[in-house]
Amino acid sequence: MSSAIQVSQLVYRYQRAERPAVDRLDFTVAGGEILGLLGPNGAGKTTTLHAILGLLTPTAGSVKVFGCSPLAERSRVMPRLNFASVDVDLPSNLLVAECLRIFAKLYGVHRDVRYSEELMERFRLIEVRRQRIGTLSAGEQMRLKLCKALLNRPDLLILDEPTLNLDPYMAQTVRELLKTIQRERGMAILHTSHNMQEVERFCDRILFLHQGRKLAEGSPSEVLARFGSRSLDELFIRVATSGELYHTP
Amino acid sequence: MSASLVRIGAMFQRYVSLHRRSLIRSFDIFFWPVMDLLIWGFVTRYIQEIAAGPVAQLLIFLIGALISWDIHYRGQQAVTISLMEEIWTRNLVNILIAPVRLWEWIAATFLYAALKVAIVTVLLAILAKWLYAFELARIGWAFVPLAGSLLLFGWAVGLFTAGLLLRFGYAAEALIWGIPFLLQPFSCVFYPVSTLPPWAQAIARWLPSTYAFEGLRMALRDGAVAGTLWPPLVGLTACAFGLGTACFVWLLHRARATGRLGRLGQD
Repeated sequence: MSSAIQVSQLVYRYQRAERPAVDRLDFTVAGGEILGLLGPNGAGKTTTLHAILGLLTPTAGSVKVFGCSPLAERSRVMPRLNFASVDVDLPSNLLVAECLRIFAKLYGVHRDVRYSEELMERFRLIEVRRQRIGTLSAGEQMRLKLCKALLNRPDLLILDEPTLNLDPYMAQTVRELLKTIQRERGMAILHTSHNMQEVERFCDRILFLHQGRKLAEGSPSEVLARFGSRSLDELFIRVATSGELYHTP
Repeated sequence: MSASLVRIGAMFQRYVSLHRRSLIRSFDIFFWPVMDLLIWGFVTRYIQEIAAGPVAQLLIFLIGALISWDIHYRGQQAVTISLMEEIWTRNLVNILIAPVRLWEWIAATFLYAALKVAIVTVLLAILAKWLYAFELARIGWAFVPLAGSLLLFGWAVGLFTAGLLLRFGYAAEALIWGIPFLLQPFSCVFYPVSTLPPWAQAIARWLPSTYAFEGLRMALRDGAVAGTLWPPLVGLTACAFGLGTACFVWLLHRARATGRLGRLGQD
């Protein structure tokens, strides 16, 4: 299958930073695959996501999304991807349905009114569709961000901590829903989370980052077996404390 | 309808919606221009009452200048505040990763600014006629290109200040409010360019707004604008617009290079 994302020798160094935030990072995300990007705070996850979204210019190396540069070939890349993050909000003054209508126009999918209705139904937002976004609970806002992120039926979905504000039941519902939509559409997902159990259940493959470098890559069970850990939580703590993964023979 | 028009319409709808559900925001459009008109209008009327001689025309110059300055200032503010709004609401990344092109986004902010300016200008014209018997129509057809130049210059300054915001974040906020007032004394809004000292006149000659306000006074005083005023007005307006746009694009590029773009509003 062709790759949705190809990151080659990516380096990004913030001004006056002692070390690069991302250092010679290589990875790919295949079409239809779910990759979990893991690592402690400051590992370079957000910087990597920003490079993929074309929000920053790499210091060195390259990022290709569907074989195109997200910076130079923006108009070819952006209609095929979407993004939802706990740190990025939707305009609080807009009504739920109005907000989706505006984004549908920006993505050129405004004629498919039925699909945005369907998304609101699937994410249980239909009852608050006439409510202002600012009055929604944090969980409802996150679900709305996911609706917006699925509006254009993206081939690549980038999710930054998508279940952080959700209660365990809703987090589970959303995960299942995302997985169902992902299977229906064969969509690739790049997913960051600090919830290791979620990552273990949700992702096909994981990539551990520490101080901008790749420490480990593989399916959750492969990585656990390779490093002799019982859980990703344990592995995460090892990475965060020592910054290294000691191979267990 | 072409895809570009749909996207411009969507962004325009997003900015207009800010006022639909917020009385405070709508109030803000009218409050300062009306206050300026009331205070300066009555001060000038008082000066006219106590002074004699050539101050008779002071009121019409001042009211005409106040309304015209607002075209420039509100034009600048609307463009910059549209962008600030995206940062305040942490929605900027959603816009930046959507397939909306930069020029379409800018066009939507211009449309929004033009709508705000049109509403304020009509309101001030009605108030000026009612309170001071000042007729905006007295300027004649010359008002259209003069106001157009001031609006374009306002958009250009708005793009520049919006670029500063992208590049430097909230640290640039003071500049956004201050830059129009830095230009005001050199634009000769309320006095002829000959009033300025030579060094200030040298700066004033490079601003399209100087020619627009000189033209406005000519139109009010003589009923016509000298033909020699139009070439520098048109040329400098075009240059300022090009420079403002280039600065915005360059500052956006720098914001990408420094990695600040994705983090705006989160620091």
